[in-house]
Amino acid sequence: MRQYDIVIIGAGPAGLAAAVAAFDDGARRILILERDREPGGILNQCIHNGFGLHTFKEELTGPEYADRFIKQVRERGIECRLNTMVMDIGVDSGRDANATREPSARPMKYVTAMSRADGMYQVAARTVILAMGCRERPRGALNIPGYRPAGIYSAGTAQRLVNMQGYLPGRRVVILGSGDIGLIMARRMTLEGAKVLVVAELMPYSGGLKRNIVQCLDDYGISLKLSHTVVDISGKERVESVTLAQVDENRRPIAGTEETYECDTLLLSVGLLPENELSAGLGVELSPVTSGPIVNESLETNVGGVFACGNVLHVHDLVDFVSEEAALAGKNAAAYVKRMEAAEGDAKEAEIEIEIKPLSGVRYTVPSHVRLARMQPEQVVRFRVGDVYKNCFIRAYLNGRQIASKKRPVMAPGEMEQLKLKKEQLLECVEPGTSSYCLEIRVEEK
Amino acid sequence: MSKRQLICIGCPLGCQMEAEQNEDGEIVSIKGNTCPRGDAYARKELTCPTRIVTSTVRVEGGMRHMVSVKTKEDVPKGKIFDCMGEIRKLAVAAPIAVGDVILPDIAGTGVALVATGNVDAR
Repeated sequence: MRQYDIVIIGAGPAGLAAAVAAFDDGARRILILERDREPGGILNQCIHNGFGLHTFKEELTGPEYADRFIKQVRERGIECRLNTMVMDIGVDSGRDANATREPSARPMKYVTAMSRADGMYQVAARTVILAMGCRERPRGALNIPGYRPAGIYSAGTAQRLVNMQGYLPGRRVVILGSGDIGLIMARRMTLEGAKVLVVAELMPYSGGLKRNIVQCLDDYGISLKLSHTVVDISGKERVESVTLAQVDENRRPIAGTEETYECDTLLLSVGLLPENELSAGLGVELSPVTSGPIVNESLETNVGGVFACGNVLHVHDLVDFVSEEAALAGKNAAAYVKRMEAAEGDAKEAEIEIEIKPLSGVRYTVPSHVRLARMQPEQVVRFRVGDVYKNCFIRAYLNGRQIASKKRPVMAPGEMEQLKLKKEQLLECVEPGTSSYCLEIRVEEK
Repeated sequence: MSKRQLICIGCPLGCQMEAEQNEDGEIVSIKGNTCPRGDAYARKELTCPTRIVTSTVRVEGGMRHMVSVKTKEDVPKGKIFDCMGEIRKLAVAAPIAVGDVILPDIAGTGVALVATGNVDAR
């Protein structure tokens, strides 16, 4: 069985950035496994611009952004196996890299993969980085009544058909959900000659970035109907019409507000779900809020030596932040391998653990807990809020002391927020003899 | 004096800006931007709005049927559909690499259309 220091599941933006960062921090035996026939992940179909302003200080399209990282991976000679589906990841606590009989504190992981060329095989890994990304929420998860004719696509499926295969999936289009992919596809279908009649959003605010409403809807005169949803789809073979209705504050359709749009296509842009079947099989603890793994400051899951980054961890709006997060996971995996080689014990470290508690408006945080000894001088905490807030503050408290405060003119659930914690400030709040703390992050009006 | 609310599209931060114009249409002040791109965007948006156009072009003899393309610079908003009209007629032969010029001057804008993806020959 081939042995690797780091096996990365997925060659999308997260997997590629994790591989590069791990290599640059000294890791060498790295393997990336990718199910598609080319690396780059979802970026290959995101042909619009707006990527990379943070990372490369220039505005790139998705394929160009992917290309930069693919080149970096190739320059470093990192092994990447394409057309390969990972079937299972397991931990063998009875064996470790030195093949001692003693149960190891850092057990090996076994990744079972399959490809047309090599059949089914296993590789052994000292660490695994989960970078599988996410999937679109399908129609079946929405309880939309009506027939099931052809012409109903998730926005990402339509994006793949148009941008990679050259098919236009419809001529008259209604879009449900104002997630970024839906907004981007409203523009894309319009440019390709389709008529986008309306974008309906169940919530009273958009789920996408503001800039996408400006340049994808406003630019083309496409109306966005907030607090509206689809109440009927008609057409037996192909979609013939879609009926929208306004919803009340409990998101229930209001009788008498129905409007029917004759169309041949309905696109759904109703949310993304981290793809964590492999993680769950491995025994990784998942958050009910994000559906992604619960991780510490090193982006390490409850299974030691298994890290997570990118959309499999929590769904991002900006690929730049995915790359940044993935680089951190890559560095930490490399550091884990180094500690393993030095046979350095974990128990020696005085463990002060700080749990980060999301409160009043903050839905979750990544990471969800911080081991002070392993924390970098500055820790980025990313999260989403549960409602629209104007002129509010994001604040962090530890032991009753305010340790961070940031004014935000506007916050919305569709846009990820972040707060930086300084290690020296946390150290000031820590008292001798106490090893577990709770750090509160909340939205405050004043 | 007139005030106009703008949302910067320079990057996904989407800064909310307020631009003030005097009676002659001159821009007096721009507030709310967090970087110089925002200032530049607001000035342009009020005088001559432009966009980068991204689309796909058919590929012959390639591993994929389509290659993604963009206008190398932004083009006037009013020219977007003219650009699309030209893009639709194009076909290129594989191999294509990121940065390859597909068309030196699209729709009389003086802006080149370049490939943003790689397609190997079949």
